[in-house]
Amino acid sequence: MIDEDKTEITEEDEGDLTGALAHKIHTVLGKRIPAVDGAEKVTGTAIYTVDMTLPNMLHGKILRSPHSHARIIRIDTKRAENLPGVKAIVTGKDTLGKKNGIWRRYAELCDEEILCRDKVRYVGDPVAAVAAINEDCAEEALALIDVTYEVLPGVHDPMDAMRKGAPQVHNHAERNVNINRHIEWGDVDNAFARCDHIREDSFFCSSQHHACMETHATIASFGYDRKLTVWTSCQSQYYVQILLAGMLGLREGDVRVIRPPTGGGFGGKLSLDSTQFCSSLLSMKLCRPVKIVMTREEDFIATKRRTPMHYRLKLGALKDGTLLAKEVKVVTEGGAYTGMGATALYLTGFFSSFPYKYPNYRYDGFRVYTNTEGTSAMRGFGAPQAMFCGESQIDMMAEDLGIDPITIRRRNSMTPNYTVPGQAIIRSCGLPECIDAIEKYIKKRGPLPSNHGIGVAAYGFMSGGIFNWIDTPYAFAAAIVKINVDGKVDLFTGAVDTGQGANTTLVMICAEELGIHVDDVRLHVGDTSVCPVDLGNWGSRTTLMNGNAVKMAAADAKRQLLAYASAQLKPNIVYDLDIKDHRVHLVSRPERGISYFEVVKDAIRGNEGQVIIGRGHYTPHRKGMISPAYSFGVQAVEVKVDTDTGKVELVHVATAHESGTVVNPIGLEGQLEGAFHMAAGYALMEELKMKDGKILNPNFRDYKLFLAPDMPESEVLEVDTYEPEGPFGAKEAGEGLTNPTAGAIANAVYNAVGVRIKDLPVSPEKVLRALEEKCLQEEKPDDLYVATS
Amino acid sequence: MERIINLNVNHECYEVVIHSCESLLDVLRIRLRLTGTKKGCNEGDCGACTVIMGGRAVNACLVLAVEADGEEILTVEGLAQGTRLHPLQEAFIKFGGFQCGFCTPGMLMSARALLDENPDPTEEEIRRGISGNLCRCTGYVKIVESIKEAAKIMSGGDLHDR
Repeated sequence: MIDEDKTEITEEDEGDLTGALAHKIHTVLGKRIPAVDGAEKVTGTAIYTVDMTLPNMLHGKILRSPHSHARIIRIDTKRAENLPGVKAIVTGKDTLGKKNGIWRRYAELCDEEILCRDKVRYVGDPVAAVAAINEDCAEEALALIDVTYEVLPGVHDPMDAMRKGAPQVHNHAERNVNINRHIEWGDVDNAFARCDHIREDSFFCSSQHHACMETHATIASFGYDRKLTVWTSCQSQYYVQILLAGMLGLREGDVRVIRPPTGGGFGGKLSLDSTQFCSSLLSMKLCRPVKIVMTREEDFIATKRRTPMHYRLKLGALKDGTLLAKEVKVVTEGGAYTGMGATALYLTGFFSSFPYKYPNYRYDGFRVYTNTEGTSAMRGFGAPQAMFCGESQIDMMAEDLGIDPITIRRRNSMTPNYTVPGQAIIRSCGLPECIDAIEKYIKKRGPLPSNHGIGVAAYGFMSGGIFNWIDTPYAFAAAIVKINVDGKVDLFTGAVDTGQGANTTLVMICAEELGIHVDDVRLHVGDTSVCPVDLGNWGSRTTLMNGNAVKMAAADAKRQLLAYASAQLKPNIVYDLDIKDHRVHLVSRPERGISYFEVVKDAIRGNEGQVIIGRGHYTPHRKGMISPAYSFGVQAVEVKVDTDTGKVELVHVATAHESGTVVNPIGLEGQLEGAFHMAAGYALMEELKMKDGKILNPNFRDYKLFLAPDMPESEVLEVDTYEPEGPFGAKEAGEGLTNPTAGAIANAVYNAVGVRIKDLPVSPEKVLRALEEKCLQEEKPDDLYVATS
Repeated sequence: MERIINLNVNHECYEVVIHSCESLLDVLRIRLRLTGTKKGCNEGDCGACTVIMGGRAVNACLVLAVEADGEEILTVEGLAQGTRLHPLQEAFIKFGGFQCGFCTPGMLMSARALLDENPDPTEEEIRRGISGNLCRCTGYVKIVESIKEAAKIMSGGDLHDR
């Protein structure tokens, strides 16, 4: 279309705008917009579940198993019932006897009882719950419940659990194998035969706890109308609604779940927890609200945690560093129940191929039941484990071949429009640019002092999963936009913000699409009775999936407005209309326009006085097996190793991350900085110490998180990409950033002092031991070494 | 055993009947319904319950309510002046010094105590000043930045635009 008034960017250009160009036409996206829920959060007026009190409310406490494996012979609650102040006690007998599981589609993976009836399977398994007039009274009652156990031998290590004759955690799982997954493409055996060099290495990835600052908590209120309302700190109000309904024998529609502001999730609040079930059971017995808040200790021992994994990797390459084949064998510690662990098992297998082009690849993973706290989703969802092992091994391969770590990564890097055979279609991919950026950064850092080293690790992650294990008939994400007569917009979405900034991101996307301002939008989230169904926050899905749904809903509402504006402006049919900054105008002739507010009034008048409603939804179709989009990046970490103590100090970190169009730089940076904190903790010191299945350090004194003075200076290297499947070109920036750090730190330690730590965490003890061994070996005369080896 | 104590919380006087074993945190949250102060661990490890008592930042979960008898206490609810947010609150919003928000009240009170004592802290002093407060979301970067900017504002500078 030729037009004398043609502006710098026309609608023809908009079809294939790259990220860089897109920034110029956005009025909201890309700006540093403060969080929409900020004022509440800095004034103490944000009301979390733990802050709520309802009239006539009781307080609940849960009795948990002290044994890792035992048969329940008898539960006597009489003495507890007689304690003044105690109002109700529930045990397994009060349940329907069904087994719960988030993989609802597969009955054998639903393996967790609300309250154990016959057997307890880990230290912390719930056996009874009490409702009383206050927490102290409920606590006192717990001590008066007599449970007779027959203690059984337990299995606390997945390798032991797979042995013939090992005690069985669940009767249905032979050799305690919970689930196994296989992924394969190409001709792996043939490819290894063609390799110039092959490495085989074993690694161990330890567990980690989510350690959300708000512990798990729920208030349940069952009314005389036989309907249940639940307020809970969770990552999907929809999962809580449907799984509670199923386990309690209620209809989905009779369970309303409200999610107040949520004090952290990180995957830990995705599976249902005992506070949700027990408070509901107790409330149903009494028709009174019951509140249960986990103590910090309960939060550590009786929820879920990151999956520990034993890795065996075989990697084959040509002399020039081309990676020809990879074989991955993984055994994961499942703990007592499935939770989301089956997904972690699949994703660790898939992401072990990331972010490189392996023509031949084979993965076999086994998830094994043990008598320990269940393992499940945690930020990165199997990928931090995969990339710690993979990125350590690729550095070792590079050294064997005499190639530098940057070159080997560049040679095998994924690129745009690459297909992972049978698995995934990768559209946008800025990994090559990220590698360039990190190479420049390393050069800039210059020569390092002694005992300092820089390690790099490349990574990628998905933007939401194409998995329907929950078996929902609904769209994966949905949104409703309501435009009121004053031009103010109500946005309804089931999206879940546990702190990662989804609320602000979605409001920005809505405002951008409608051509209005962020403060014109009021967001309604976290209520199953009010908001559309949503699968919650996991797999870094919110920006892409909810973003698309919100954009579609806003576009639907906008289309209705534009119809009225068009009648007024009467443009030549070749011109289309849009809204920017409260002005409805011809896209190619922006000077011809009218006020958004006038159009809204007319539209509602013309619509028989009804508000304007826009609807949107998103479910990925034909996007491969894993995700509609992938983000990529490279991280470089400089460490300093104290050779006297083995302590690793973080000196400096730089991350080149590409996540498509940046919606909100504050949010993106916050995710990056926070992910580094969590991943550096995973790499260096967060560790659940266990003895016979019992967690020995369930508190922040003994389970340490990094403090403010421990954190290094950090730098973000921007790499621009545009994701065609994402809203305005955006994709994930949440979990992927957790993936590179452990590998980068392990590589940095090697580069600093020449010791390779293959099991996490890279603790001072391990570094010191490795330094001593290295010293001993170096002292040996060569001939002696040859003679003994 | 029950006791009566007098508290001055956010410049308001309360006479409260308490059990002698109750913590200041439970008195604030349960008896006075000031739930802005959070309970993250109840054992003095996380700092989510930080309040200012007698000019010093303390973990309210480690203070017995009887010890607070007659004390002046400032909680996050008392940080704003009427409807005007405190510069620390403004800065936390503007620079993204929070995510889930659960550690934020405690973090703000530690920061306030730090700036009361040292109006122009170095970055290292800020980091040390909030080293009793755990944050699982932010990696502390934007919290430190927010406190730095608030200090600037409070000493007469402007919140510079980025």
